[in-house]
Amino acid sequence: MTITTPQSETELVVLPGRGKGRRRTTDAAPRRSGLLQFGHWWWALPGILLVLAIHYVATAAGGVFAFTNWSGIGAFDWIGVDNFVKIFQDPSKLLALWNTLFLAFGSVILVNVIGLAIALGLNRGLKTRYALRVLFFMPVVLSPLAVSYIWKFIFDFNGPLNTFLRAIGLDSLTKAWTGDPTFAIWTILIVIVWQQTGFAMVIYMAGLAGVPVEIEEAAAIDGANLMQRFWHVTLPAIRPAVAIATTLGLVNGLRIFDQIMALTGTGPAGATATLATEVYKQAFTLGNFGYGAALALVLTAIILVFAVIQQRVTRSNPED
Amino acid sequence: MFRYTTLTFLREVGFWLLAALFLIPFFFLVMTAFKSDEELFTTSPLGGPTTPDFSNFTELFTAQGNTNIIQGLINSTIMTVGAILGLVLLGALTGYVLARSTRRWSKAVYYLFLIAIVLPSQLGTVPLYIGARAVGLTGTLWGMIILYIGMMLPLAIFLYAGFFRGLGTEYEEAATIDGASRTQIFFRIVLPLMSPATGTVAILTGLIVWNDFFTALIFIGGSSAQTLPVSMYYFIGSLVSQWNKIFAIVLVSMIPILAFYLFAQKKFIQGFAGGLKG
Repeated sequence: MTITTPQSETELVVLPGRGKGRRRTTDAAPRRSGLLQFGHWWWALPGILLVLAIHYVATAAGGVFAFTNWSGIGAFDWIGVDNFVKIFQDPSKLLALWNTLFLAFGSVILVNVIGLAIALGLNRGLKTRYALRVLFFMPVVLSPLAVSYIWKFIFDFNGPLNTFLRAIGLDSLTKAWTGDPTFAIWTILIVIVWQQTGFAMVIYMAGLAGVPVEIEEAAAIDGANLMQRFWHVTLPAIRPAVAIATTLGLVNGLRIFDQIMALTGTGPAGATATLATEVYKQAFTLGNFGYGAALALVLTAIILVFAVIQQRVTRSNPED
Repeated sequence: MFRYTTLTFLREVGFWLLAALFLIPFFFLVMTAFKSDEELFTTSPLGGPTTPDFSNFTELFTAQGNTNIIQGLINSTIMTVGAILGLVLLGALTGYVLARSTRRWSKAVYYLFLIAIVLPSQLGTVPLYIGARAVGLTGTLWGMIILYIGMMLPLAIFLYAGFFRGLGTEYEEAATIDGASRTQIFFRIVLPLMSPATGTVAILTGLIVWNDFFTALIFIGGSSAQTLPVSMYYFIGSLVSQWNKIFAIVLVSMIPILAFYLFAQKKFIQGFAGGLKG
């Protein structure tokens, strides 16, 4: 059966095939002459259909619901851009939007600076760098939810952080960190940074491993100091690693959800709500499917815009 | 130029101190999980228990219903393994066709998958939930496995396509001449050659599925198919500041993945570093 389908799209038999499968197709231009084609095009079909259904059809349908007042059951009305007007006039939603951007950019900057610093420190000379790499990477594999609970305890009013502050005589600094309107968002940022730094470090260590020692030595002989070597030799060489670490960090940072649910539950009084937690609250807790979809559409648009900008900025170096 | 000097040694010591500080949350986790209810208040949160107490764990493993942690562990394992198997099969087949095809549609389809990787799941979640509810897939293990396969498939295909492009066609050509069918070539020659790719796909997607909370909360929260993170969320939701009990469940939830990580740490780190380089 697999042999007797000469109409197969990917089949381009230049060398003799067998049986009925032998057919020369001339309308497809191979990238290299004499390239054999293998497999059947319909092998890709289940995958394509599943991705179309779960990613594209569902997202498009969500985009349609964003313009309705559907509650999840029964009839709904087409209400145009009312949902979006409501979002941008509601201070709590604007705060959620600001928090989303703050957490995404704050975490990307801190994670990449710290991750790169550790990677540079471990890169050369250290005998135990692989053991240290295992330790710094460890939080990455854990569930963000579980990790957030540990940190919730650390930030607890009777937790280790306040106990430590009291022990060194800084009683005035103790507070209920996750319940404080100013500091709650920073506790979430700290948890994200703690968990993601190892990921950036590993990407940068892989990037740094590809930078030849000779180039750095040549620069050093030419009189470049440590900072100059970093800015003009190392950093340009690991540009692809920077692109990947920052893009993934930004896309994931914009949809932060688990950490907030575990640490603050969007509190105090919505001070740590983000677009992702608002989508959950509106669509699944309050039953405002249409409004929740509109919030999700705003989040999607932001993610796609930043993903494109990110690609342009980090990949558009003419020297590459 | 890069000799091992006293300075390098100091840098090494410094990094170990930094690592100890970095991992201090795990110290609090273990110390608190073994405290009794009484010692939770009488001992310092910075230190350990005077007499280790295991009652938090026995209580944890006897919890029933919404907070049944054993059931959560079993469900998480079934879902992760099921999703990985589906992702490896569909991801490899699709990635193979895309990498070997020279037709224009395959390029378009490849970009379709690439965009789907960054497309946030939130917008599609609402219609997916309605669709899944309509066909009875919410609250079932099968429904979740299919959903996870669909969600993670773009990443799996992207990884496989990258690996397949790096594989020359010599083996396939030789096998064709020897009279192997396309199916035989794929399953008996190409796929076994791709085991590093399969490892990367399994680790990256498996980790995301295992740790997923958002999708699991929406689709199976409150059902008997609840995964570990959801069970944990409900279990902890019923405890107010009982950190010894909270940490018992957090510790138990971390042990499987930490054991697996420490056992296969090289593969994990290579999977992240190599697989995502693109």
